[in-house]
Amino acid sequence: MSLIATPQTMSFNEPLLLSSGQRLQNYQLAYETYGKLNEKKDNAVLICHALNASHHVAGVYEANSESDVGWWDSMIGPNKPVDTNKFFVIGINNLGSCFGSTGPMHINSETNKVWGADFPVVTVEDWVHSQERLIRALGISRLTAVMGGSLGGMQALSWSLEYPDKVDHCVVIASAPNLNAENIAFNEVARRAIVNDPDFHGGHFYEQNVIPKRGLKIARMVGHITYLSDDVMNSKFGRSLRNGEIKYSTQDIEFEIESYLRYQGEKFSDYFDANTYLLITRALDYFDPAKAHENNLTKALEKSKAKFLVVSFKTDWRFSPARSREIVKALIDNKRSVTYAEIDAPHGHDAFLLEDERYIELVRSYFEGIHKKLNAVTTHE
Amino acid sequence: MNKNAFIECIAQLVPPNSRVLDLGCGDGALLSYLQKNRKCTGYGVEIDDANVQACVKSDVEVIQLNLDEGLTMFSDQSFDVVLQIDTLQHLRNAETMLLETIRVGRLGIVSFPNFAHWPNRLSILGGRMPVTKRLPYQWYDTPNIRVGTFDDFGGLANKNNIKILDSFGIKDAKQVRLLPNLRAPTAVFKIEKQITVKD
Repeated sequence: MSLIATPQTMSFNEPLLLSSGQRLQNYQLAYETYGKLNEKKDNAVLICHALNASHHVAGVYEANSESDVGWWDSMIGPNKPVDTNKFFVIGINNLGSCFGSTGPMHINSETNKVWGADFPVVTVEDWVHSQERLIRALGISRLTAVMGGSLGGMQALSWSLEYPDKVDHCVVIASAPNLNAENIAFNEVARRAIVNDPDFHGGHFYEQNVIPKRGLKIARMVGHITYLSDDVMNSKFGRSLRNGEIKYSTQDIEFEIESYLRYQGEKFSDYFDANTYLLITRALDYFDPAKAHENNLTKALEKSKAKFLVVSFKTDWRFSPARSREIVKALIDNKRSVTYAEIDAPHGHDAFLLEDERYIELVRSYFEGIHKKLNAVTTHE
Repeated sequence: MNKNAFIECIAQLVPPNSRVLDLGCGDGALLSYLQKNRKCTGYGVEIDDANVQACVKSDVEVIQLNLDEGLTMFSDQSFDVVLQIDTLQHLRNAETMLLETIRVGRLGIVSFPNFAHWPNRLSILGGRMPVTKRLPYQWYDTPNIRVGTFDDFGGLANKNNIKILDSFGIKDAKQVRLLPNLRAPTAVFKIEKQITVKD
């Protein structure tokens, strides 16, 4: 039987001070929860999402539906590695997103106009602060784990720094302590594609009743290439031709890979918001906890008290294993608890959303260990 | 070789409450023993996926790395003890790794199969590479790419200014201190960095 998820929203009227110095006077967060919070309220797991995902982490919205499966359903649910029979799992949509939490397409209560490009720039830390309010409102004072992949992993890491006394375990998958120049460069190409779309209107396209779809499509095409590995692309598409033979056209689709990328771009531009794309890639670019510590990550992670599981994938070149190892090294320097696995999966960055058995079973064993310790604490009292 | 008895034999070389790095920790059994019985902390280093999984299952913290890529992840003298139990003979860069062991650890404990154990000598005399309980592989499929003896290790240590604090053989999970090069299938060395005194 599939898990039925119910999206909820929570409103906050206390202003949120952002890293930029701006204040968000009020906001709402969309979220979902799965499983039951136990009596001691110590079995809560927060899942942080990456670029294009949402609070809909696991399950489906209607029984027997297959179209609306949560983005990390392979990992989270009843009897899954993060077992919702044991843990109370929370998914929260980030501020600035386009899936229900306050974002650029909503009305700014101070001006009564749609935010558009004026939506404040938000950072990973801002997200973590906003998430903490929601967690507190649910009556949870400590998370037994915070987990995320890619940008979600950055949020998990940030949780352990912003709220060191509120996180027991930090699961950081296919992530990095900051983006390198190449990575920022990819984000910038994507942003330029959006901003230069004539339908973008400086970010105020909502009132023009248009969507900068062309920009979004190209942004997604570029992004998508970086999520895959060379091997996967070659084995999936190789040099296969769409119509079996070359047509000597510079503009029609000739190769299967072109068709695939166009399809991915098309699909993405139907559901994603252009301003959100700019905001989220900026949050990625800005994340750099070591910056305030003379670029010394070891110093930056000194604050963290959590036990870490860090996982990377050998063929991931967007968030390469070397970047994960930097996090691991900083934790070891600080004598923190850490386990690090480098999974030899062929799928590139996308591997963190897929079901490589070694990866899935590792996370399962790790969470079984967490659950065992929670129970041991209970029985000793 | 009785695994548990062997673990106990090695474990008694590790001071209680030590911070330990176990290079090539396998399924984590030794570290798990050290955590439970000698209140040690630390990590294992392992390359094999199944072993990494086994470590997580037995609550041993493990870092998945290829030791042939070095120990750059670990700072100088950041562990009380670095263990290299039955690991050295699998490494291409065995000499470098030996130096890395005492760079990272204040104390190094190294064990490996002793090729000069008398049954091995007999086998070689008979013209064939030894296949024993301790060295159960054929010459063409052995993972032991470094073949050394108890006495050879002494030479390597000397060459690299490594101080041997203690050394003995292990046979049937018991220490062999008389003629270990001849009598023991396993060699054990407790080492540290030679401190050079400046005039």
